Amino acid sequence: MPKLIRWRNGRATATDDRFTLLADDEAAPAGDVIVSLARFHAEGERLRGEGRAVGVRVAAGEAIESLAYDLPEIAVVALEFPKFKDGRAYSAARLLRERFGFAGEVRAVGDVLLEQAPFMIRCGFDAFEPADGTRPDQWAAAARRYRHVYQRAADNRQPAFALRRAMVPVAS
Amino acid sequence: MYLYDDIDQAMLADRVAEFRAQCARRLAGEITEEQFKPVRLMNGLYLQLHAYMLRVAIPYGTLDSAKLRKLAHVARTYDRGYGHFTTRTNLQLHWIKLKDAPDILDDLATVGLHAIQTSGNCIRNLTADPHAGATADEVDDPRIWAEAVRQWSTFHPEFSFLPRKFKIAVTGAPVDRAAIRIYDIGLRLGRDAAGALAFEVRAGGGLGRTPYLGPVIRRELPARHLLSYLQAILRVFNRHGRRDNLWKARIKVLVANLGAEEFARQVEEEWDKTDKAAVDLPDTELARIRGQFQSRGFQTLPARSAAFDAARAADPAFARFARRNVLPHKVAGHALVNISLKAPGETPGDASSEQMDVVADLAERYSLDEVRVTYEQNLLLPHVKLDDVPAVWAELSQVGLATANIGLVSDIIACPGLDYCALANARAIPIAQAIARRFAEPETAERVGELKIKISGCINACGHHHVGHIGILGVDKKGEEFYQLSLGGSGEDDASLGQILGPALSADRVAPAVDQMVDVYLAERREGERFIDTFRRTGLAPFKEAVYAEAD
Repeated sequence: MPKLIRWRNGRATATDDRFTLLADDEAAPAGDVIVSLARFHAEGERLRGEGRAVGVRVAAGEAIESLAYDLPEIAVVALEFPKFKDGRAYSAARLLRERFGFAGEVRAVGDVLLEQAPFMIRCGFDAFEPADGTRPDQWAAAARRYRHVYQRAADNRQPAFALRRAMVPVAS
Repeated sequence: MYLYDDIDQAMLADRVAEFRAQCARRLAGEITEEQFKPVRLMNGLYLQLHAYMLRVAIPYGTLDSAKLRKLAHVARTYDRGYGHFTTRTNLQLHWIKLKDAPDILDDLATVGLHAIQTSGNCIRNLTADPHAGATADEVDDPRIWAEAVRQWSTFHPEFSFLPRKFKIAVTGAPVDRAAIRIYDIGLRLGRDAAGALAFEVRAGGGLGRTPYLGPVIRRELPARHLLSYLQAILRVFNRHGRRDNLWKARIKVLVANLGAEEFARQVEEEWDKTDKAAVDLPDTELARIRGQFQSRGFQTLPARSAAFDAARAADPAFARFARRNVLPHKVAGHALVNISLKAPGETPGDASSEQMDVVADLAERYSLDEVRVTYEQNLLLPHVKLDDVPAVWAELSQVGLATANIGLVSDIIACPGLDYCALANARAIPIAQAIARRFAEPETAERVGELKIKISGCINACGHHHVGHIGILGVDKKGEEFYQLSLGGSGEDDASLGQILGPALSADRVAPAVDQMVDVYLAERREGERFIDTFRRTGLAPFKEAVYAEAD
């Protein structure tokens, strides 16, 4: 059973993960890998040079800004939730999408629970490794739970104030 | 009064539907209490000492008759016929059954009430100046901006898992009636040199274990950029606030550790990079919200009312009520009428369903259908004609709501304490009742004048004891309830944190000690001095001596 859920165009699907997560002291096998931020800074260029896709796993306290210039070369940024209550990765995801224009995969890893699905999707996550064994259909339902949102985020949902403006013609 | 449109209502309906499904899973045993806890907390449902407690949000303390009647109904139907108004201007129902919670939320939603973000590490229900829209000293109505923040902060995808809870208070007047210095963010609306609306922004205030008064981090923020600036503050806090220690996780610790200047610099740096237009409300939306807060129906009246003056002359009790509880309105011939929830012997902040219904009726008939909740745990009718004040007073008197003690020694803030709360070390309510009984005689209380007593049952300081003229903190000494007294605190424009008087006292000694300190004040006071003024001149010594002399 694949444990990665991918969210694309409003659909959630289970998918096999083609990336191998490497520990810092582990030799890189053939194929695509995800490495720590420290290892990426040290070896990212070499790993990429070997003809593979490289992803970076960023811990909750690490500065996402340090990746800004490398983002075009990065396939996946995996943001860690050490506990579901630790919400730092939401800010990191929004910065990746909205400030740095990252178009690759932003993956939620760690204590990733179904209850967090709507928040994660709104902040720009598009891949999830659920820690609670939940299924893609549950994630899709959770993402659709609320018909409206009040604020812009990294998804393209129109906030309430924009819908209201569209509904009420403004005299000029 | 802001009325929810289809979008606002859909948000509430979706929320209740979600919670109903979650409750069903819990009641069926499909999820454990441990898994359910974060879910119920997101809906304001706490598990307390004896039962579930539901904390209903009253956004910026503003109610109309329909909302207040609904609260009365819910308290009567699902609880024991009363509710507790808190210092965050919410209403707590302390005897709730889990199976009823979704029905209660459905009921509340019919009038645009909810329990969203009344708990959890998110942006909580905002508080605002209870005099908003009624006071002559106001630069702009803070409710407009509070409603803008309410919407922006509701289910905020980035800021729903902050290091710790986050409380915002906002005022639109130079006089602070919203305690803006003791919250995570305090906002005061004014005008900049060019005459445009601008916020003075404070951050990092808070009470609890390590109290701080919030420093100003930006003097003049153009009002239209409020939301993008808040996003910048919250983002700095979300990323850099401490998460390793519950007691150091509030933004006050981050601001104190960085220093206000460095914190402000980081916020400005983040804000400079922010796409402000994507976050800030368009003028059309601000205008839409503003339009909903226009109070309509004021009559053109003379500044004085013969009926009001005659009632004052005829009845000393009404005259006292007029002196203590009635304040001038920005519209001639109108008044703000405070309703004290501090009748001596009663639980501070509690109101019965019957009382809520009476206040709702009075609001509908006499106050342009508006009621406010104050952070001092009282209610207020903001738009009463002076001509009608005697009738309002008479009806309030019928249900024990005409206590003329606003700002006096018996107008005590108290948290629910160990009578209800699982966190408390000691009871707060009986202490408040004992003190209020000593000053139950209205002449005595009035002779003492303004004296703000604030009682917390534990160091979390929900009763604001740090900023009481007299602060009382419940502590646990080997299983016994003791009380630490402090003097000289204030949460308003003359804000200061209280100084500890001396060793903690046993429960039976607290009210007598207050009495002794009042005696010191009455003996020492100079012309025009309030209790706190005398204390600031004399210092702790005479008060300490009076309280501890016989014990030594």
